[in-house]
Amino acid sequence: MILEHLPILQVAIPLVLAPLCLLLRNSRLAWVIALVGSLWAFACAVLLLTRVLNNGPLEYALGGWEAPWGIALRIDLTGCFILLLTGLIASLVIFWAKQSVENEIRRDQINLFYCMYLLCLTGILGIIATGDAFNVFVFLEISSLSSYTMIAMGRDRRALTSSFHYLVMGTIGATFILIAIGMLYMMTGTLNMADLAERLPPLRDTTTVRAAFAFLTVGLSLKVALLPLHQWLPDAYTFAPSAVSAFLAGTSTKVALYVLLRFFFTVFGVDFVFTDLRLDVILLPLSILAIFVASIIAVFQEDVKRMLAYSSLAQIGYMTLGIALVNTSGLTATLVHMFNHALIKGGLFMAIGGLCLRIGSTRFAVLKGVGRAMPWTMGAIVVGGCGLIGVPLTAGFVSKWYLVIAAIENGAWVVVVAIVLASLIAVVYVWRTVETLYFNDAEQDTSLKEAPLAMLIPTWLMVILVVWAGIDTGMTVGIAERAALALIGNSP
Amino acid sequence: MRRNPVVSEVSDLLVPAILLFGLYVQFHGDFGPGGGFQAGVIFAVGIILYALIHGLEKTRKSIPDNILYVCMALGLLLFAGTGLISMFLDGEFLNYSVLGKTPLAGQHLGILLIELGIGITVAAVLITLFYAFAGRRNK
Repeated sequence: MILEHLPILQVAIPLVLAPLCLLLRNSRLAWVIALVGSLWAFACAVLLLTRVLNNGPLEYALGGWEAPWGIALRIDLTGCFILLLTGLIASLVIFWAKQSVENEIRRDQINLFYCMYLLCLTGILGIIATGDAFNVFVFLEISSLSSYTMIAMGRDRRALTSSFHYLVMGTIGATFILIAIGMLYMMTGTLNMADLAERLPPLRDTTTVRAAFAFLTVGLSLKVALLPLHQWLPDAYTFAPSAVSAFLAGTSTKVALYVLLRFFFTVFGVDFVFTDLRLDVILLPLSILAIFVASIIAVFQEDVKRMLAYSSLAQIGYMTLGIALVNTSGLTATLVHMFNHALIKGGLFMAIGGLCLRIGSTRFAVLKGVGRAMPWTMGAIVVGGCGLIGVPLTAGFVSKWYLVIAAIENGAWVVVVAIVLASLIAVVYVWRTVETLYFNDAEQDTSLKEAPLAMLIPTWLMVILVVWAGIDTGMTVGIAERAALALIGNSP
Repeated sequence: MRRNPVVSEVSDLLVPAILLFGLYVQFHGDFGPGGGFQAGVIFAVGIILYALIHGLEKTRKSIPDNILYVCMALGLLLFAGTGLISMFLDGEFLNYSVLGKTPLAGQHLGILLIELGIGITVAAVLITLFYAFAGRRNK
């Protein structure tokens, strides 16, 4: 019985657990509840993945009302892949987060923090699972509003302004998405995505549908933090509590990107987006600009979390680059990089969170030489950094490899050169981190201890996954390739 | 404003009527215009009017923050719980038809419960927001 209800249960259980954190005002219990919710999401994702791999996409009619009239959930292979990613990151981060949260968040707010964490997870899982355009907006708002709250809980008062900044930008993005959905509804009279895809082709030359597409693309790009619309991201990641940085870096922008993919390929269709409107002409230069500008800015940061945030912007550039190349390898690269980057950045933010717990700051000036006292944390940073650069045998190499193949297939040699050059810039900022943390002389006292084991284990699990995804590509690339084929092949 | 007898008398007359109207919109929402969100807002407005006239401390005494926290959580739990119960009765999530003896009775009961959950949460959240802003001291 549970199996057939799995598409909704994976969203509903975290939703039920979130208010429990609010009711049982106990920080330890709240952590256990959040852990249960995250592990539940992960278990559901694994089960759903095996079902979808065997039987194809799953549909679920909410309230028993059939698809075009009622709200339907629809989980395809791409969705499962992102669900798996979200469940994995959420579980590892929450397992890691206990001490970090106790250290960084006010005591009386810890249960509220876990409540928000679960609500954010609910929103993200809902976005992935739903087959209804308006529902996407609702869940997007659930996850965004809870992210704003979590960011505002940061240890620095600047967390408040960065959260407010994100709130303003995020709300503009959400409004744009809502306007687009409203226009689509006005033209087609339906909100169901599959139904929209059927009714849109005859209307595709109308100004309204084109305007809807423009609003949607800009609104979602804001949420994805594609370069000219990225201003909210660096502050938000820098001043958020470490656990939130790790969780959001791994999930929130990825999910917005998933929504973008879903609308481009399954609702509007490749023909409309890339043949009629030539979105790739805008997306390709913007992606390359994102990769370079963000990487170069990352080199000059004074705060390691801020550096990682800018590096995230560059990595988002790689992901949109894969979309802009409009071929199966490119899309595979995008999906694989979403997965790999979430692991790499999640692991790095977790390792930095360990430093933050022991030292209380993430500024380079304070972190000089601390790596020697914390070898395991340092090791995680080095491996994660290699992943960012794209050193062979790490996950980053695999995704860049597919990206290069996709560029060669299109004969876009400039793009190939750009990818390689940008990786060299990544070497600079990663090396700078390693040098400051390990080779500079320590100014700190000698009583500095290694991060606690409860934080090291999840961090290293993440790092091991980074290496594993770099060696055994059967899981990630295998699924991503099938998902990419389905996206391009099924496109109306 | 607390000292002005006209304002305080008129608001004292209005507050019960507003609360009653909130409940009407809540429970008549399935036959007429209304529903949980609107009802929650109207109910919260009644409380907020009372707080504006009689002061935050007096309001906080009769509706303490703790109760509001519990209400916020309970409303959401009522909503999600109704969905889960309909699942245990062999329907889909939020399929109200299985809740009653006939599908019609089930739908009726289901929408009442769902809207009640929404109403409780919305009222509690709005009052908490008001408390948070009104209770803020300049430091």
